[in-house]
Amino acid sequence: MDDLVLEVKHLNSWYREVDERGRRRRHDVLFDVSFALHRGEILGLVGESGTGKTTLVKNILGLVSDHTGEIIHYTKRPQMIFQDPYSSLNPARTVGWILEEPLRIYGKYDAAERKRRVQEIVEKVGLPADCVTRRPHELSGGQRQRVSIGVALIQKPRLIIADEPVSALDVTIQRQILELMRSLRDEYALSFLFISHDLNVVYQLCDRVMVMKSGRIVEQNTVAELFAHPQEAYTKTLLAAAD
Amino acid sequence: MKKKNLFLTVGLFLTALMILLILVGYLWTPYSPMAMDATALGQRPSLVHLMGTDKFGRDIFSRVLKGAGATFFVAFGTVLIGTLVGTLVGALTGYFGGWVDEVLMRLNDALSAFPSFLLALVLISVLGPGRYHLMLALGIVFIPSYARIVRSEFARARSQNYVKSAQLMGASVPRILFVHILPNIWQVLLSAITIGFNNAVLSEAAMSYLNIGVSPDDASLGYMLSDSQTYLASAPWYAMCTGLMIVLLILGVGLIGEGLQRRQL
Repeated sequence: MDDLVLEVKHLNSWYREVDERGRRRRHDVLFDVSFALHRGEILGLVGESGTGKTTLVKNILGLVSDHTGEIIHYTKRPQMIFQDPYSSLNPARTVGWILEEPLRIYGKYDAAERKRRVQEIVEKVGLPADCVTRRPHELSGGQRQRVSIGVALIQKPRLIIADEPVSALDVTIQRQILELMRSLRDEYALSFLFISHDLNVVYQLCDRVMVMKSGRIVEQNTVAELFAHPQEAYTKTLLAAAD
Repeated sequence: MKKKNLFLTVGLFLTALMILLILVGYLWTPYSPMAMDATALGQRPSLVHLMGTDKFGRDIFSRVLKGAGATFFVAFGTVLIGTLVGTLVGALTGYFGGWVDEVLMRLNDALSAFPSFLLALVLISVLGPGRYHLMLALGIVFIPSYARIVRSEFARARSQNYVKSAQLMGASVPRILFVHILPNIWQVLLSAITIGFNNAVLSEAAMSYLNIGVSPDDASLGYMLSDSQTYLASAPWYAMCTGLMIVLLILGVGLIGEGLQRRQL
């Protein structure tokens, strides 16, 4: 298994809470979550809101300290695409500045090389060339999400975690963004962990799907298999609700 | 969007005029502000002495130019200290939250619990008089209000995804604070600065009026105002011209602040 990019083994996670009487409590969110993500694979994660999808993402990014189990990264710096394209780009900066920032932080390229790479990414994600001088609020939701993908892509990641990246977009724009993600996967052998509550979107894009319920992964299978022969009752109700 | 902002235009014009006057005052005044002229004691405003003379025969216009410079200098320094330290404290507390927030904001609360004048008085009596000490004392008094404004803005920005995105890029904390977040709160900070500047001018004037801080040699507007009180009946132009200068200084900056706030809406 040398083509793994991410492996999660028996992950349990919880939050510390203080209840209304001021007592400390432990609020368990994830129970024995295990899965593996391979190179060039798009893995879907579906489930209703509140089942712990976002907690899982935070764990993978190392933002939650309260957990047991193992999270093994086989790649450096996984990148993230957020749901809301309106708050994920710095409103005070131009698109060009935002795209260039990871390279400035990386610090190994001179200004000319950075500009060249930004230009290359702008083309790659299908943005108009003049957008680099514009600010995020001047762009449409779909264009902003392209910028977000560009910011991730310019850092040459092997793994991108996308948390509901198209749920704020309308259907035609959704299809274009999904198409872009698929073509990037094909070109760079990128892996995606694609989180969604929309089964239609998952069906269009993903290779494999995990179904999550109340902090557990209740079923995982290839898309074709899962949609054709759902095993769990919960998966069946999800599928029924999507039709 | 590009509607004419009368507040901003007039404010900028007035402030530019005042700064020009102050700069002129630094380089050149019609008479030496210290020179006493025994032949012209307590004269009314005239073409020779634009704002008249005081009872020692000193040219009031020259003194007002110098005095406005002194007041402006102290107010500027006060705001600079208050803004720099306040922004730093606010940025750290707002961004990190937790115990950093608790410790720094409780210190902040303690500082702002003192009546500001009392605090400035205590600091001056500890530090000793002088315009730099006055600046420092007023600056410290001004820190809490800036810290509080900046803190709430940074606390709001912390949960925004663009900050998370910057963290994922591997940006350092100072870079996230001052390169990523700070440009987003300029508008708020700028109007706070203009309001703060006006308060600083008034505080300086009030402190000097009470003869605290500035020595008679570098007469600021507040000191002159207190001095003029004695001659209010015999030389009303002295108090009027000095007061007018304070009003114009505040009005210009105040209008800029008002204009900036309207531009945000």
